[in-house]
Amino acid sequence: MSQLWDFSGGIHPPENKIQSTRRPIRTAGIPERLIIPLQQHIGVQAEAIVNVGDRVLKGQKIADVTAGMGVPVHAPTSGTIQAIELQPVPHPSGMSDLCVILQPDGKEEWVDLHPVENYQKHDREEVLQLIRDAGISGMGGAGFPTTIKLRPPRDRKVETLILNGAECEPYITADDMTMREYAAEVVSGMQVMAWILRPSRCVIGIEDNKPEAIAALREAIQGTQIEVTVVPTKYPSGGEKQLVHILTGLEVPSGGIPADIGVMCQNVGTAVAVSRAIHEGKPLISRIVTITGDAVQEAGNFEAMLGTPVSALLSEAGLQPNRLNRMVQGGPMMGYTLSTDAVPIVKTSNCVIAATAQELQTPPPEQPCIRCGQCAEVCPMELLPQQLFWYSKAEEFEKAEHLNLFDCIECGACSYVCPSSIPLVQYYRFAKGEIRTQREEQLKSDRARERFEARQARLEREQQEKEQRRKERAKAAAEAQAKKKAEAEQAAAEGEAVDDRAAKAALVQQALERKKAKTAQTKAEAPAAQEKPDIEALEKQVTQAEAKLNTMQGMLDEAKAQQADNVEKLERAVAKNHDRVKRAKDALAEARKKIPAEPETPSSE
Amino acid sequence: MALIQQSSPHAHKARPTSRVMLWVILAALPGLLAQTLFFGWGNLINVIWCVALAMTTEAAILKLRNKPVSFFLRDNTAAVTGLLLGLSLPQFAPWWMSGIAVITAIVVAKQLYGGLGSNPFNPAMVGYALVLVSFPVAMTTNWAEPATLWAGAPGFRDTLSTIFSASQTAIDGWTMATPLDEYKHKIATHTGAEVLQHPTFGDQVARGWEWVNLAFLLGGLVLIGLKIITWHIPVAFLAGIGVMSLAFGSNADQYAPLQLHLLAGGTMLGAFFIATDPVSAATSHQGKLIYGASIGILIYLIRTWGNYPDAVAFSVLLMNFAVPFIDHYTPPRTYGHHKARRGLPSKNGAKS
Repeated sequence: MSQLWDFSGGIHPPENKIQSTRRPIRTAGIPERLIIPLQQHIGVQAEAIVNVGDRVLKGQKIADVTAGMGVPVHAPTSGTIQAIELQPVPHPSGMSDLCVILQPDGKEEWVDLHPVENYQKHDREEVLQLIRDAGISGMGGAGFPTTIKLRPPRDRKVETLILNGAECEPYITADDMTMREYAAEVVSGMQVMAWILRPSRCVIGIEDNKPEAIAALREAIQGTQIEVTVVPTKYPSGGEKQLVHILTGLEVPSGGIPADIGVMCQNVGTAVAVSRAIHEGKPLISRIVTITGDAVQEAGNFEAMLGTPVSALLSEAGLQPNRLNRMVQGGPMMGYTLSTDAVPIVKTSNCVIAATAQELQTPPPEQPCIRCGQCAEVCPMELLPQQLFWYSKAEEFEKAEHLNLFDCIECGACSYVCPSSIPLVQYYRFAKGEIRTQREEQLKSDRARERFEARQARLEREQQEKEQRRKERAKAAAEAQAKKKAEAEQAAAEGEAVDDRAAKAALVQQALERKKAKTAQTKAEAPAAQEKPDIEALEKQVTQAEAKLNTMQGMLDEAKAQQADNVEKLERAVAKNHDRVKRAKDALAEARKKIPAEPETPSSE
Repeated sequence: MALIQQSSPHAHKARPTSRVMLWVILAALPGLLAQTLFFGWGNLINVIWCVALAMTTEAAILKLRNKPVSFFLRDNTAAVTGLLLGLSLPQFAPWWMSGIAVITAIVVAKQLYGGLGSNPFNPAMVGYALVLVSFPVAMTTNWAEPATLWAGAPGFRDTLSTIFSASQTAIDGWTMATPLDEYKHKIATHTGAEVLQHPTFGDQVARGWEWVNLAFLLGGLVLIGLKIITWHIPVAFLAGIGVMSLAFGSNADQYAPLQLHLLAGGTMLGAFFIATDPVSAATSHQGKLIYGASIGILIYLIRTWGNYPDAVAFSVLLMNFAVPFIDHYTPPRTYGHHKARRGLPSKNGAKS
């Protein structure tokens, strides 16, 4: 016997299990029509891959999830697809959802089944794919796709695989009867899971109020390394977090999953489904459901096809409609009321209670909380329900969250014992809902604010850039203006035209200056030429000066065409140069006249 | 089908508040019986008078507040408040004095704060403290002399007329200082042994008082057994007194001995019936331990160095003030968390 740990709190509500364990599991009849919801699991809704009017075989895939998390849905029997439409589905809100309506033909014609002879010889991925293709999702209540659960993150090695057979909720006996009658399949299904996960410990946890199931499993585990551990009956020992603690002494971290501490929990029904999927090749098309309550005469468990309307099972169990007061899907602690018996049995339906008014009584009106602390004594999560209630009621959600409101598993133990008859869990659901809504709104408004701020920043930046460019332009213009002014002044003083806008004029200026210099040189050379005139050089100079003057004249013309303000000066300058060229020519002519006489004159002196 | 639509859980097995309160009343009866046996009819008359007045006052205020009268009156909480005052006031307390205590408790301490569940202070102790500070003489001289019902105690009719008479004349012969009062005032000039010669102490610890306290202890254990209260407050309360007494009061010639602290005065009534009022007490187990121990320590401090011979009311009220503070720093560690989240939520709502 392995060591057990106790969890704090807990209650002992009347078990009310004997009513539904007196008879063996009965196979429910094929109903007139099956209502098969496309979403029976957590994740993305499956898409129908059959059309209205199609004939399908038993076990044929009729819907699948192509992208995202989810599992396929199969036809529970052979027949014709009558419709694909919205129908009320089992949900606390009483909502409708898309369902495939199948009219059975009563022939129960199977598709070809492909059992796996020796799964150990296959790749683990292949086996996981088979489990997925069999449409298996957790059958204990949440409906999480089993394949995904069996594929924990790489850094989370599962050391302990737990099969949850505690079934602590009153009334429900589906797992109990499954373990009694399908013990071998429970064990073989667990072996498949264990082969996939390779844990060092495999344990089936069962409450001590199920001696038959314990005996059946003890026999079935002979020769395996699986242990059957009997845990004391106390609600909610079947809660995943509680069972993990009972069996391992570890606590699932707040907000985490059992795999975080190397533990995985699977439901016994899921194990049976896995076993059937691998060893028989059969998809998940039926499940064990407890039909109980004082309003039915023959309470018991049924193996029902998925999609069987609750009404069909209730009448098989001998419902007395006039006594029916409350219909609960699930157990009396955590189940939800159904508004109609037209809803179908789905992969997660474990129990329907048809209760009379005396059985599940309407609680007396709520009284003020006297902070007696009974709720805190029974809370399995070690919360302070009275404080959470106080803050939830006062809508002080921050304080409620601070006291770990979101660790509440809504087991209902607090409400069960509350002397003031306060529907505590309802207050917590309200507070959680409000907080989630607020968070979403906060997120939305945060995003909107971010967007707005980003836009503001962008506009501002653009504005600044614009401003910057404008300033730069203004500055450049001002500088240009100043420069122009300064140059104009300089030019005015020198009588020369220098302007930014007149680069060409500047060139002209330079040319003029060079010309001036050359003319001066010519002038200076003239006396020498007079003494010993170099006619050739002089000729060359004059030609050059003329060429330059021509170029200058061209430039002047161009400048004239572009701007008028310094043309006058240029004209004057050009005119001056004209005179100089003229003078140079004159000098040349004079020199030429002098040349014949020249040799005598200097030599004569 | 008109099916009931309701949120889970669908099963309930609650002991309603009215029954919880009824159990408190029943558990106090052994104490009342002991009081009557060892001190005469005074307490019983007080209890009947206080309970009747408390329920009448509650009904009147509920009517004024437009609340459903019978719905709230049936929760028995007003009766418990009246009962606790009747049990703790002096046996010969005049009717008007207990009346003031009751009306203050119900009107001021309970209903003005919003009624059941909303009162930060123990209503009965607010009433008690008010008359104790307002009428100190009447509150210390009206304690019955320990005299058993079958030998020496004044008759029912005499007691009744004394309590309800306009002037209190003929009662001097029937009253006597309480053991704690006697010890406190005589020990300065006498040795412990000399003080204990006084008839109020009797052969054991304190004549009559010891039985009354044991009877309340018995009733308190019943409440713990029925899980109406937890052990935390009474045990911490008694431990607080005990530790203080052992630490400071070991010399019987200076301070009252431990057994007197535990079995005389309102110790057991306070520990099991008054300090455990859930509305005004601390919430978590750890908080209850701090709360209870602090009351015990305060009781010892006031009894030993204060002006009053007993101090349950003041100590309880002082610690009622501290409850919100204690509660903020003593939440339990929740499953899956490394440690408890103490204090107030941080401003940015960051998770620890």
